[in-house]
Amino acid sequence: MSASAVLLQFLNGLAGASSLFLLASGLSLIFGVTRVVNFAHGSLYMLGMYLAVFLAPRIGFWPALPVTALALAFVGAAAELVVLRRLRHAPELLQLLATFALVLLARDFALWTWGPEDMLGPRPPGLSGAFEVGNGRFPEYDAFLCLLGPSVFVALTLVLRRTRWGVLVRAATEDREMTGALGVNERWLFTGVFAVGAALAGLGGATAIPREPASLGVDLAAIADAFVVVVVGGLGSIPGAFLAALVVGEVKAFCIALGLERLVLGVEFIVMAIVLVGRPWGLLGRPPARAVPRRMDDAGFALDGRERLLASVAAALLLLAPLVASEYSMVLLTEIAVLALFAASLHLLLGPGGMVSFGHAAYFGIGAYAAGILLLKEGWPAWAALAAAPAASFAAAMIAGALCARLSDVYLAMLTLALAQIAWSIAYQWDSLTGGSNGLIGLWPKGALADVHAYYSAALALAGGAILFIWRAVGSPFGFALRASRDSQARAETVGIDVRATQWIAFSAAGLFAGLAGGLYAFSKGSISPESLDVTRSVDGLVMVLLGGVQSLLGPPVGAALLTWLQDMLAREVPYWRAAIGATVLALVLLLPQGVAGLVGRRPQ
Amino acid sequence: MRFCLYLVLTLSAASLQAQTIKLGELNSYKVFPAFLEPYKKGMELALEEINAKGGAGGHKLELVIRDDGGTPGDAVRVAEELIAREKVDLLMGTFASNVGLAVANLANQRKVVFLASEPLTDKLVWEDGNPYTFRLRPSTYMQVAMLIPEAAKLRKKRWALVYPNYEYGQSAAASFKKLLARAQPDVEFVAEQATPLNKIDAGAVTQALADAKPDAIFSALFAVDLQKFVREGNTRRLFAGRPVFNLLAGEPEYLDPLKDETPEGWWVTGYPWKEIDTPAHRRFRDAYRKRWNDYPRAGSVVGYTAVYSAAGAIAKAGGAGADRLIAALKGLQVDMPFATIAYRALDHQSTMGAYIGRLAKKDGQGTMVDWRYVDGASVQPPDAEVRALRKE
Amino acid sequence: MKLEVRELRKSYGAFAALRGVSFEVRSGERVAMIGPNGAGKSTCFNVVNGQLRPDAGTVRLDDIDVSGRAPRHLARLGIGRTFQTAETFASMSVRENVQLALLSHRGRCGSLVANARCAFVAEAQALLERVGLAAQADRASASLAYADLKRLELALALAGEPKLLLMDEPTAGMAPQERSELMRLVVELAERDSTAVLFTEHDMDVVFGFATRVLVLHAGALIASGTPEAVRADPRVREVYLGSA
Repeated sequence: MSASAVLLQFLNGLAGASSLFLLASGLSLIFGVTRVVNFAHGSLYMLGMYLAVFLAPRIGFWPALPVTALALAFVGAAAELVVLRRLRHAPELLQLLATFALVLLARDFALWTWGPEDMLGPRPPGLSGAFEVGNGRFPEYDAFLCLLGPSVFVALTLVLRRTRWGVLVRAATEDREMTGALGVNERWLFTGVFAVGAALAGLGGATAIPREPASLGVDLAAIADAFVVVVVGGLGSIPGAFLAALVVGEVKAFCIALGLERLVLGVEFIVMAIVLVGRPWGLLGRPPARAVPRRMDDAGFALDGRERLLASVAAALLLLAPLVASEYSMVLLTEIAVLALFAASLHLLLGPGGMVSFGHAAYFGIGAYAAGILLLKEGWPAWAALAAAPAASFAAAMIAGALCARLSDVYLAMLTLALAQIAWSIAYQWDSLTGGSNGLIGLWPKGALADVHAYYSAALALAGGAILFIWRAVGSPFGFALRASRDSQARAETVGIDVRATQWIAFSAAGLFAGLAGGLYAFSKGSISPESLDVTRSVDGLVMVLLGGVQSLLGPPVGAALLTWLQDMLAREVPYWRAAIGATVLALVLLLPQGVAGLVGRRPQ
Repeated sequence: MRFCLYLVLTLSAASLQAQTIKLGELNSYKVFPAFLEPYKKGMELALEEINAKGGAGGHKLELVIRDDGGTPGDAVRVAEELIAREKVDLLMGTFASNVGLAVANLANQRKVVFLASEPLTDKLVWEDGNPYTFRLRPSTYMQVAMLIPEAAKLRKKRWALVYPNYEYGQSAAASFKKLLARAQPDVEFVAEQATPLNKIDAGAVTQALADAKPDAIFSALFAVDLQKFVREGNTRRLFAGRPVFNLLAGEPEYLDPLKDETPEGWWVTGYPWKEIDTPAHRRFRDAYRKRWNDYPRAGSVVGYTAVYSAAGAIAKAGGAGADRLIAALKGLQVDMPFATIAYRALDHQSTMGAYIGRLAKKDGQGTMVDWRYVDGASVQPPDAEVRALRKE
Repeated sequence: MKLEVRELRKSYGAFAALRGVSFEVRSGERVAMIGPNGAGKSTCFNVVNGQLRPDAGTVRLDDIDVSGRAPRHLARLGIGRTFQTAETFASMSVRENVQLALLSHRGRCGSLVANARCAFVAEAQALLERVGLAAQADRASASLAYADLKRLELALALAGEPKLLLMDEPTAGMAPQERSELMRLVVELAERDSTAVLFTEHDMDVVFGFATRVLVLHAGALIASGTPEAVRADPRVREVYLGSA
C-alpha cells in the first residue's frame, strides 16, 4: 500500500468511526443511566434516516439534520414515558423485551409510511465534491463527518461536565442508588436521557443518508454495531464510546484495505470478545460501584399443585396428539417442542443461573450443524448424528463458558453475543464444511422417522424428557447451588460452593440442551442454514422465556408455544405481521409482567 | 339418449369447473418488499387473466399466498402448512437462495412440485437439483454469461471484482472469472472485494479497488450496497475511464433508486420496461398499468410468468398430481412478455432470458440504452456439463 | 484447633495496611479484634477469611498453611463465616438455605437428580432450632426481620461444623437489645462445641461483654492483646482510642 492509500483508508476509517460514535453515544448514555439495554436504538437510527430523507427535499438537507434530531428526541421521550416508565419496577430484562417489541413496530411503521423502496438521500449541498488527497480523492462530506464526530464528543463532554443535568447523569451512571438518595427526580432524568440518546441516534441516522440509503434492514445492523462500540468502550462511558468507535472504524477500514474484507463480517465481534476477555468492563469503563444484587422471586422454581396438574394434562394431550392431529399440526407441534427445549435451556441460564445470554442460538446452531454435517458428509445414521449434536454444543459451550467466567450481567450477555456472532460468521463463510450462506440440505432422517407423526413422537419424547430433566435438575442439589451462586456469590463461596465451576457447568449444560434442540430442529426441517445461530434466534429465545415468565419453570415452554403459534398465525392472517407480533408482545409485557405462566400457580411473595 | 349424453357432458364440465387447483405461493414479502410487492401484483394480474378466460385447461386457479418469514426454517414450516393443510397442488415462490434451496429440499421429500420463481442460485437446478424443482428466473450463471461477450470484447487486462459475500455473489464472481478467462486467456484479476451483504463499507472498498488500478470492474452488488457503491465511486471517480459490468443493476427495483446518481455507460442485465415495444410486452405493460396504476418491475414479470407457467403445466397435464405436472413442465413452452420460453427437461431451468444494455440518465432517472434481449437458452453450459453437475 | 497468624503484611500502593501482625486463636476462645478506622482490622480480617492475599506472612490452621486460599477451601477446612451485612440466599426459604449449606458442606452438590428439598430435613430443622428459627423454617428468607436473618446466617455458618467462626461486625445494624441476644446465642453455640470465634466489632459493650480476649490494632500493627480487663487498662490503647475518638 502506498502512503496516500494508507492515509485515505485512515480517513475512511475516521469517517466511519464518526458515524459509529453518533449512533453509539446515545445508547451508552441511555444504558449508563437507566441500565436499559435498548434494542430499539437501531430503530431510532433507522427512523432518523427515513425522516431525514423525507425532509431533505422539503426543507433542505442541512435544516433536516437538526429537525430530525429534535423529532427523534420526542419519539425517544414518548417511548420512555409510554412504555419503559411503566416497567421500571417490573422483573429485570422485561424492558429489553419491550424494546424488542418496539423494533418490530418501528420496522413495519417505516414500511407502511415510506414504502418498500430503499431511499438514498441527496448529495449534501455545498459538500458534494471531493478533495484531492495524494493519488486519490476523499469526499468533502466524509471530511465533515470526521469533524462532526469529535465535535459532538466535545459538546457532549462539556454538557456532562458543566451543566447540572450532566452532573446528575454522571452521578446516576456511576451509582444509581446514590442519585435516588440525593432526591433527584429520577423519572424526569430518565425521560431526558432517553430524549437526548434518541436525538443522537436520529442525528446519526440523518447524517448517514448521503452515504447510505434509508432501508428497512438498517435497524438490526445498526444496533449490532452500536452494542459493540458501547461495550468495547465501556458501558456508560462517552470517551470510551469515542475510542471504541475509532478502533472499530479503523480496524474495518484496514481489513478492507489489506484484502481481508471477509473478516469484516465478524471482526467487530472479535474485537469485542478480545476486549471483554481482557478488560471485562471495556476499554474505559469502570466496574460498577456496587454489585447489583440479582434478586429473583422465583418461588424456588417449584411447581405447585395447579401447575403440576396443568403440565400433566398438557403432556398427556401432547402424547396423544398423533392419534388425532392433522399432519400440519404435527409439524407445528414438533417445532414448538423443539423450541420449548431451546427456551428451557436458555431459562436454566437466565433463571436459576442468573446469567443473561444474548447468544444462546450459537449452541442451537452448532448442534444443528454438527448433526447435519455428520449425517450428510460422514454418513452417520440419524440417531448417532442426533446424539452428537448435544455433545458438540456442550464442548463449544464449555469453551465459551470458560471465556465468560469473569463476567456477569450485561458484559456477560455481550460476550455471549460476540461469540455467537463469530460462530455465525464462521458458519456463513466456511463453504466446504457448512455450505456457507446456503447451508446444508437433504438432512432427512430415513426409515421410520421420515413420517411427520413418528418424528413428532420422537422429538416430543426427547425434548420433553430433556425439559423434565432440566426441571428436575433445578430442584436438585446442583440446582440449589446454582441458585445460591446467583443469590449471593460471597455467601455461596463461604458455604463451600465453587461458584465459577457451578456456573460453568450450568452454562455448558444449557449449551448441551440447546444443541439437542438444534439437532432435532435440523432433522425436522431437512435443512440447516446460518440463520439457525444468528442473533435473531437468540432474541427469539429471550422473548419466549420472558413472555412465558422467567420466574416459573412453565414459562419457557408456554412462551415457546405462544410465540411460535403467534408467528405462524399472524404471518398467515395479517399483512403487517411483525407489527402485530410487536403489539401483542408489548400488550403482554404491560399487562402480565410476570409472564403468561404467572397466570397460573402461586404468585411470588 | 341424446339427453343422457347432454347430461353427462354438462355434469363433467361442472365437475371440472368445480375442481379448483390451488397454487401455494410463499415468499419473503416483508424482507424484500421492494422486489416482492411488484411480484405479487404480477401474480395477481396473471391469475385474474387466466381465470377470466376460463382457467387452466378448464380448472380455476386459486393462489394461496404466505409470507415465509425470510428464513429457511420458517419457510419450511410455511411450505408444510401449504402442503398439508391447504393441500396445494404446486408450490411456488421464494426469493433468497437459502430459502429456495430449503423449500426445494422439502418439496423433494414431500413429493410436491416446486416452481422456484426468484432464487438465482445455480445449485437449485444443478448440484442440488431434484426431480420436483423447476426454476423460472435466469440463474446467476446465466446472467453472468450474458455479459461475458461484451466484457471480452473490451480486451481489458486488469479486472477488479466486487460482490456481496454470500453464495450469489461468490458464484457470480467465480463464474465471471471462469468464463472471462476462457474467452480471454490473458486476463488478470487484480482485486477482489467480498463485502458483507447490505453492509458494504463503500468508501474503503472503493479506495481498495482504486488502489489496485484495474482497467475494468465487475460487480454483483445490488440494492443498498449498489447505491452506496455508486455514490462513493462517483464521488471518488473510481469509474472514470473504467468500464463497469454489474449484474441486475438494470432492473427497475435496483436502478430507480439511483436517480441522478445513475452511472452512465455501465453494462448491466435488467429490464428496460419503458423501451420494450414488442406486442407481447406492450400488452402486458398496458394490462399491468391498467390493473395497478403503476409500471411493471422485473419482479412483476417474474410473478406474472410464474403463474402462467403453473397454468400452462396444469393445462398440459390436464389437472394436478405431481408426476403429471413434472411430465408437463419438462419442455413446457410458455408465452411471456419477453419471449416464448421453455422449461428444459435437462435441468428444469427455464430459458427465460434477460435484457443486457448500458445505463444512461434521462430526466434525472436511470434507464437502459443499447439494450437487447438475450435468450436464456443461449447462455447455458454444454448439456454434458449440466448432467455431471446434476449427478444424473 | 489453633489458628496461627504470623507476620502478616499487606500494602495498597504506598499505604501499608498491615505491618507484620501476628496472633493466635485457640479452641474455646472468643477473640475480638478492634481498632480505630483505618487501623487495618478489615484488611487483617479479609486476609484470614481468604478474600485477600497477604504480601507476606502466613495464616496457618492446625499447621496447614492456608494463606491466600479461596473462601470455599477455608470453608472445607472448618472455617465458618458471617458477613457485616447479612448474606443469605434470598430466593430460598429458611429451611432451604440450611439444606443447601448442609448439602454443600457434605459434598453433595454434584447431584443433578436428587431432590434437594428432601435432603437433610431433620438436621436442618435441628440447626434451625439451635438458632431459634424452627418456627420460621418455611418462610421465604427474604421476608425475615434483620435480626432473624443474622441468626439464619449463623445457622449457615454452623452447618459446616466449623472449628473457627469468623464474624465481621456481627451486630452491625442491630438494636442494642438484639445485639446482646445474638451474642448470647453465639456464646452458647460456641461453648457447646468449643468453637473458636474471631470477630471484629465497633460496639465496645459487645466486645467487653462477650470476648475472652481482645486484640487491638493500630496503624497496621498489633498494639495490645489480652483479657478485656487488661486491654481496657492498657495505656497505649487508651491513648489510641482517646486520640482518635
